[in-house]
Amino acid sequence: MTKFGEHFEKSLLDLSLEATFGALTSASLTKDTIDAIVVSNMLSDTLSGQGHLGALISGSLGLTVEAFRVEGACASGGIAVKKAVDMLKAGTHKNILVLGVEKMCDHSSSETTQALTNASDAEKEAFYGITFPGLYAMMARRYFYEYQIGQAELAAVSVKNHYHGARNKKAHFPKEISEKVAMTSSKIADPLRLFDCSPISDGAAALVLSSHEPQSQRKPVRIVGSSIATDSVSLQERKSLTSIKAAELAGKRAYIEAGISSNDVDVAEVHDCFTIAEILALEDLGFFKRGTAGYATMQKKTYYDQEMPINTSGGLKSCGHPVGATGVKQVVEITEQLQGTAEGRQVDNPQYGLTHNVGGSGATCAVHILTNTL
Amino acid sequence: MKIGIISYGAYIPKYRVTTEEIAGVWGKNAEEIARGLFVSEKSVPGLDEDTITIAHEASRQALDRVAFNPRHVDALFVGSESHPYAVKPSSVTVAKALGVGTDYYTADLEFACKAGSAGMQIVSSFVSSKKARTGLAIGADTAQGKPGDALEYTAAAGGAAFLIGSDDYEHIATIDDYVSYTSDTPDFWRSKHGKYPHHAERFTGKPAYFKHIFGATTYYLEKNNYSPSDFDSVIFHMPNGKFPRTVARALGFTEDQLSDSLVVDFIGNTYSGSSLLGLARVLDSAKPGDRILMTSYGSGSGSDTFSFTVTDAIEKMQTGVTVNDYIEDKIYLSYGEYAKHVGTVN
Repeated sequence: MTKFGEHFEKSLLDLSLEATFGALTSASLTKDTIDAIVVSNMLSDTLSGQGHLGALISGSLGLTVEAFRVEGACASGGIAVKKAVDMLKAGTHKNILVLGVEKMCDHSSSETTQALTNASDAEKEAFYGITFPGLYAMMARRYFYEYQIGQAELAAVSVKNHYHGARNKKAHFPKEISEKVAMTSSKIADPLRLFDCSPISDGAAALVLSSHEPQSQRKPVRIVGSSIATDSVSLQERKSLTSIKAAELAGKRAYIEAGISSNDVDVAEVHDCFTIAEILALEDLGFFKRGTAGYATMQKKTYYDQEMPINTSGGLKSCGHPVGATGVKQVVEITEQLQGTAEGRQVDNPQYGLTHNVGGSGATCAVHILTNTL
Repeated sequence: MKIGIISYGAYIPKYRVTTEEIAGVWGKNAEEIARGLFVSEKSVPGLDEDTITIAHEASRQALDRVAFNPRHVDALFVGSESHPYAVKPSSVTVAKALGVGTDYYTADLEFACKAGSAGMQIVSSFVSSKKARTGLAIGADTAQGKPGDALEYTAAAGGAAFLIGSDDYEHIATIDDYVSYTSDTPDFWRSKHGKYPHHAERFTGKPAYFKHIFGATTYYLEKNNYSPSDFDSVIFHMPNGKFPRTVARALGFTEDQLSDSLVVDFIGNTYSGSSLLGLARVLDSAKPGDRILMTSYGSGSGSDTFSFTVTDAIEKMQTGVTVNDYIEDKIYLSYGEYAKHVGTVN
């Protein structure tokens, strides 16, 4: 993956090629071994006037393989990984490049925020002026009401993710923050403050998924459970504001396919687009009981060296959130954890890892379970 | 032939509007904004003031301090991004009001906030080439702050003038060298018929301000084999209180070296007047032998670096009205009065 951050001097293609060659190198493969490319990206049409990304990447690599783009808002990355898995299972391809990339920083924040509302319901939500901080703020307010938590629980998520991100060279904001800074930062959409919100970032992450034994010397990592579930795009049509059903379902199905339960997961990357989203994720995935994940975070249970390591990459908050790249980055981070190469934030001997990637306010969720056991 | 500063003058309008007052109108948290920008109030031009009147006031002070015969001014350049006319130079009106005569070189300058320092380079060159005995280089602005925009808190009014001449005249500081670092970087711009400028938000930082200030300053230091510790004072362009402090630290200058220059903390960003007012304030309390480094920045983008060595003659100059006197002479306006003064309402 590239470093996530402001890359004013790099284009979408520059970032894509950087991540791609990084993945090929670590897989000890040349580009000619790639027989399909799945690209994950959300905003390229809207912000850059560039569609047709599959061919753009394939052609730029000098290849003529099957290549296409998938989109599911912020879940595009997790979806792209699933499509590669499906294609490998179907036996039609052997070495698939999965590339997630996003360029969002070249625009004013109001332009980018506007473009991001494509992930909401245009007629029922965006039309009335909602933005994503607003949607998740409503979820946070309801969660505060139902479970009697407050600002401090949200801040704990942000502080932890920055703690991890400070140990990740690729993070957009590799800097620790204090609880005080998080809790006194400016209000974005009450009760969400600046430090409750993931940033706007440029970046790319790439993986090579193969159906044969790996060439490289690194420990082999396999995807043993993959699931995508959906629910209404609009928040108002969901059954609950304090849980994301698509995440619950995708998680359950992935656990079944992998033959494990939430207790077996040693490390997870979850979709903390806003701090409240991490709290919901922990409960939706069964790591903590409903209403308790905030408190568990305050008790530091989700630090990399504690009982349930969450977002060792720094999450979306500290590592950054180039939308299309995030879901792929999550798999990159879990792979590094399972291979023992997550320097500075290495979980002790993990065997199973999980990625949880959400689109919009919970309309899509893609979950993958990875293992280094044979 | 050594060229140097013979005299200097400054002018800051007396009106002020606070960050708190502006933030209150837009429903923002004033304390947070003031903390982020290091600016709690800014200068506002009077109803009859503009770049021409400000440039004139500053120039008049420069001439009067040394009882200078305006007929010896052979070049005069006003640099601004708020010249009252798109066509008709501010410089000629200032020159006429000062009594400069007719035999002088002049034109108006624009390069965002570095038009004043560009004027200093041009005047220095006219003097070095012996085409001019002395010249006035002025940076002055009544900056346009779009209501509700982030820049509204810092877009201020003010200016400074430097009378530069050959060594036939007594110098209060010699001009040792100057360099420029320039590129095509659209971080901030105002179109031909636009009332307010546009800016590319965060893009005005790393690839713009910091890149050019670094570029010019390090080029200057390397070229002349100096390091930051060789200077007693340093001045950087001040779009807010945070940027000059950050760039000073990054380049290896200390807070002590920077502190005298920081007019921005009290009056905001006077655009073409910014680094020049910083220099004026440093000269107000400089000691003979002090070495001063100044790097301006203009969006679009470019930076000019100058270095000066203060002479014994500075002490005679340190009487009369100082930049601090202008800073402290103030009247506060409500947002409505401020809007009237800057032409938002008329």
